[in-house]
Amino acid sequence: MTVTVHTAAALALGDDALVLSHRLGEWAGHAPVLEEEVALANIALDLLGQARILLSMVGDEDQLAYLREERAFHNLQLVEQPNADFAHTIARQLYFSTYQRLLYSELAGGDSEFAGLAAKAVKEVAYHQDHAEQWTLRLGDGTEVSHDRMRRACEALWRFTGEMFQPVEGLEVDRAGMREAWLESVADVLRRATLDIPEGPQSGAWTAGAGRQGLHTEPFGRMLAEMQHLHRSHPGASW
Amino acid sequence: MATAAAHHTARADGLTEADAAAYEAVFDAAVAADERIEPRDWMPDAYRATLVRQIAQHAHSEIIGMQPEANWITRAPSLRRKAILIAKVQDEAGHGLYLYSAAETLGTGREELLDKLHTGRQKYSSIFNYPTLTWADVGAIGWLVDGAAITNQVPLCRCSYGPYARAMVRICKEESFHQRQGYELLLTLSRGTPQQHAMAQDAVDRWWWPSLMMFGPPDDESAHSAQSMAWKIKRHSNDELRQRFVDICVPQAESLGLTLPDPQLRWNEERGHHDFGPIDWTEFWEVLKGNGPCNEERITQRRQAHDEGAWVREAAAAYAAKHKGAGRAAEGHARGVGGPSADQTDESGEA
Repeated sequence: MTVTVHTAAALALGDDALVLSHRLGEWAGHAPVLEEEVALANIALDLLGQARILLSMVGDEDQLAYLREERAFHNLQLVEQPNADFAHTIARQLYFSTYQRLLYSELAGGDSEFAGLAAKAVKEVAYHQDHAEQWTLRLGDGTEVSHDRMRRACEALWRFTGEMFQPVEGLEVDRAGMREAWLESVADVLRRATLDIPEGPQSGAWTAGAGRQGLHTEPFGRMLAEMQHLHRSHPGASW
Repeated sequence: MATAAAHHTARADGLTEADAAAYEAVFDAAVAADERIEPRDWMPDAYRATLVRQIAQHAHSEIIGMQPEANWITRAPSLRRKAILIAKVQDEAGHGLYLYSAAETLGTGREELLDKLHTGRQKYSSIFNYPTLTWADVGAIGWLVDGAAITNQVPLCRCSYGPYARAMVRICKEESFHQRQGYELLLTLSRGTPQQHAMAQDAVDRWWWPSLMMFGPPDDESAHSAQSMAWKIKRHSNDELRQRFVDICVPQAESLGLTLPDPQLRWNEERGHHDFGPIDWTEFWEVLKGNGPCNEERITQRRQAHDEGAWVREAAAAYAAKHKGAGRAAEGHARGVGGPSADQTDESGEA
């Protein structure tokens, strides 16, 4: 049986995992508690593993990661957002891991080229989601300071969440159903964390599927410059 | 539990002099018989204090040691190398956690030990005060720094204090894995383009001498050595271990196609060891005193991470207090350790 690899879909999912993994890698040595050094690195590694499989479905993983320019990346704008404080990192994790779990659960049950990867990844992602939920509860329902920070983080990232449910070529999923399930799940966690669902729209002028089309936010270019610098400085070298 | 020492597990408070002498005799006999001392066993105060100091310093080294390598995570030149490096830095955090736990069995809490690190009252390995200036430094650290650490630590697997010895068994397994990865990284560079080869050589040139300093001062200047050896915390002298390390590294450097920056390095048939040039002990003591290239940055970053994380730890504590007895809430924030995907460490290494 030959499986068709839908390049756009593999790149979209692969870039999400690659970019978020990179952001989490930036935490190494800066986490608020040693256990979180372990946990954040653990999640970064899981995502990097997913990225490598997905990018390899399309071509050479390193060429794709290190030699594409900003406009050729198809990740969500959500995952490229800077870490900022721990609350922003956790809000980003909550939004994304909930989406990823729903997506991979559905893909794992299907017969697309992503079924195998999704079956393995969904177990990792369940852990990521649990980690994000547990911290959302602790920050939201912790101290006044942490509640306030968590609220602000959830609000700040809210406008990037609509993009997750934009159509992606080759990705056959029930987007409407996923959106509904996502909202329900996130709303439930936020409620238990004594937080409200943010009020603003889930997308803005520059976020409605923009990352998927290669239109990114400003911090992303700097992130890529750092990530790609060494590889690009030694064309053709092996590492 | 040590069978001899098990007869005396009571606390030493309020002992008569005769009792204390009896406890001491039992302890000495247990150590002499190569039995393990366990947390509830009686032990001399100085033994306890030495172990707390050594284990804490070891834990601090793992934590500070994350920094020079984490410095390259975002710039790792291939995804495979990036995965290996993240896994390694993650392992180091894990080693720190094992070691703080081992130290805690001696009655000193992690918070107190971290506070001593942050205020400069406890030290960490001087090696981590050197900067990682190129990608090849990641390989040199794996090969030389982890190699030196293993040479130091394998004998600690037989250390007289049980919790420390057991932590070292787990740590040494992972360290030797890292060391092989570092060697392999350097080998790839050494056999790569001329620029890559030069990068590898430059890194080895910069890390060689600091690695030799990791074994500590020469035997005649080592303050704690004699007592530690008598207590079987330490099994070999600094100079012995340093010599062993040099003898291991010379053939490895050869197969790497790299040279070691020591014109006096040569095989001594008579001794059956390599002779090597003098170590710059002035530099060693300066780094130890806080005047190395990165002392300031390392401790500042550590303190900053801790201070900026205070509100997060306070939130976790407040939440735990509110939800006491509410099942899983009590698990707190320690879920990261040994999570479902902890085995990734090995996978990404073999990838």
